[in-house]
Amino acid sequence: MAEKIVTQGLNAFFGDVHAVKNVDLRIPEKAITAIIGPSGCGKSTLIRCMNRMHEVVRGARVEGKVLLDGKDIYNPMTDAVQVRTRVGMVFQKPNPFPTMSVYDNVVAGLRLNGEKDWKKLDSAVEQSLRLAALWDEVKTQLDASGVSLSGGQQQRLCIARALAVKPEVLLLDEPCSALDPIATAKIEDLLFDLKDRYTIVIVTHNMQQAARVSDFTAFMYLGELIEFGATKKIFENPEKELTEKYITGRFG
Amino acid sequence: MAPRKAYETELDELDRQVELMAKKTSEAIELAVNSFEKLDLDLAEQVKKIDAELYALNVDIEKRCLEVIALQSPVAKDLRTIGTYLKVITDFDRIGRYARDIAEVTGHARSMAHFKPLVSIPHMAKMAEQMVDLSVKAFLERDTGPTKIVFDMEDKVDSLYDEIFREVITYMMEDSKKIGVGINYMLVARYLERIADHACNISERVIYMVTGERVVKA
Amino acid sequence: MNAYERRRLKNLLASGLAFACVVLAVVPLVYILIEVVRIGAPAIDWEFLTSRTKGTGEPGEGIGNAILGTLLLVLYASAIGLPVGIFTGIYVSEFGNNSIGTTIRFFNDVLANFPSIVVGLLAYSLVVDYLDVGFSLIAGAFALSIIMIPIVANTTEEALRMVPNSLREGALALGVPRRRAVMRIMLVNAKAGVVTGALLAVARIAGETAPLILTAFYSNYWSASPFEPIASLPQTIFRNYNSPSDELLQQAWGAALVLITIVLAINISVRLLMRSRLRKSKAVRRTWLKRLSLKA
Repeated sequence: MAEKIVTQGLNAFFGDVHAVKNVDLRIPEKAITAIIGPSGCGKSTLIRCMNRMHEVVRGARVEGKVLLDGKDIYNPMTDAVQVRTRVGMVFQKPNPFPTMSVYDNVVAGLRLNGEKDWKKLDSAVEQSLRLAALWDEVKTQLDASGVSLSGGQQQRLCIARALAVKPEVLLLDEPCSALDPIATAKIEDLLFDLKDRYTIVIVTHNMQQAARVSDFTAFMYLGELIEFGATKKIFENPEKELTEKYITGRFG
Repeated sequence: MAPRKAYETELDELDRQVELMAKKTSEAIELAVNSFEKLDLDLAEQVKKIDAELYALNVDIEKRCLEVIALQSPVAKDLRTIGTYLKVITDFDRIGRYARDIAEVTGHARSMAHFKPLVSIPHMAKMAEQMVDLSVKAFLERDTGPTKIVFDMEDKVDSLYDEIFREVITYMMEDSKKIGVGINYMLVARYLERIADHACNISERVIYMVTGERVVKA
Repeated sequence: MNAYERRRLKNLLASGLAFACVVLAVVPLVYILIEVVRIGAPAIDWEFLTSRTKGTGEPGEGIGNAILGTLLLVLYASAIGLPVGIFTGIYVSEFGNNSIGTTIRFFNDVLANFPSIVVGLLAYSLVVDYLDVGFSLIAGAFALSIIMIPIVANTTEEALRMVPNSLREGALALGVPRRRAVMRIMLVNAKAGVVTGALLAVARIAGETAPLILTAFYSNYWSASPFEPIASLPQTIFRNYNSPSDELLQQAWGAALVLITIVLAINISVRLLMRSRLRKSKAVRRTWLKRLSLKA
């Protein structure tokens, strides 16, 4: 399978804290890859390196390479802002812009980058909301405030907002941890539909979710990549004992 | 405090139950062969009792396995173990059934005398018994070592079965009065062959449980 | 008396003491309001508000030019003070976690508590004397803007700080350049806080007197020229507070009343603005009402 994102010797730091240690990971294209591991293992930091969001934090720095379609996004000549339009991100807690309506939220990425043609914006809204399985629920209240929706809807709104910019990769950082099981199921179904067109990387601390949803799974522990493989293999017969201990819950 | 204490306890309990079932199965086949050789009806009765116990264990263990799957989401080795339990309890149950069938033949054959000192059948029975014991040992110790021996023995058991088949037919063709006894012998041999086959199944499952590989014995 | 009763008594005494202090604190405010209204209200009429001061104590005078003066001073001061203050606040909150930011914040804190007369002195020496503009509207506005800047910068920084970081991250993750993310997302969310800060600063400088003595000085004429001295309400009070002439005394109290009204009006509108901020948008209110009526 072709690889969309490849990290080479990736190290990430918060000041002196070495959060991601020498990770070589190959994310397959148009598939869902889950990254699992105990709290503090560096999985969120790892994906934030994939769209250059890690460096937004004060004192954070990155060493090593992250190749997107073969080109290093940490090359000094590369524009971080451009990278982020190709690699989108959805966060743990839904964060729709509170002063904006549903419509404005979805097109925020487009508008703030200069798109003014309302026809294009209208079609982007419908397309993105349909992709996010939210269109039918909000099509009559596009001018309602972004924060007036339920938690699950808000998260799908954030997904629509990320998709409107037409990224190639979608990174999701524990997207369902603030949601109830039904909202979670809707988002998992949504990811299934999306994986035909997008490369998806999802960080989750819920192993059953990783098992249900992903094609490939990466297990991280204390900043290191312990094992990476097809999800079926990892959950039926993992290679490393540490992986086995973690997924059977024998850590501790 | 070990994580998932309730889960571990549940798995341990399951383990014990399956172990019990394995041991009873060995017991059943030993008693069955003895009862046929000695045409001992008491032993035959005991075998029938054990078979009933094995059936009950089969149902109970299956129920527990499904509960663990529903409630605990086992993965990796735990999952393979539970999957193995579900399959081997069927094998144990069948072995118990065949043991009982052998014991029933004892009941029929009571009235007939053996037409020659039995040699091949006890030999075959010993082998079948050994195969079951080895498979159970491999299962209980999670060790794939004995399974190789089991697979080798299966070929021998198969050829023994053919041998007995031919021998008995010869005897039956010689003397039509021997047909009754002959058929009993053939039934017992058949049951023993089936038991050996199930022992092989168990060995295959043990290999999967320990290594994750699926071996298909032709 | 048992322990319980003793405790109750102590509670009552403490509450009573606290209440007494509250009364003590509120009394001066109430007294001022009553007095100002009592003495100043009779002076207020259309003529009073539209005629100019003459300083002679004759009837027919009014404080119109002082009102205009205060408004112009506030306007000019805000034109300088608000942008500078807001952008300083933005800078410190966005980029301020380094030594430059800390320094700016330090200077801000110092300036905010500076004696206003010293600010006036600075404005005098710089604008009135050195630049040779003389006593003027612009000198007064300059002084007032210096007082405004730290207040506005602080409240802007606070308001931006209160915007959750998740919004900033959300905007950046969409591939929005940082400058635009700050202006269009963060600032919009901090709008209420920024406006509140601005209005409070305006209310503060409307009543500043000391700096104006040395800069805008006073004028008995209608004036809108930036380079001429100009009247103002606080100055009117200052000049006429113990005048032997009843007319002029009336002017002072009338000016006080008008000034208090302006300041109170600004403060009250700030409160109303803050409350409406909590009420979110109309759509949310509709949803809430629907849910409530379902329950009822």
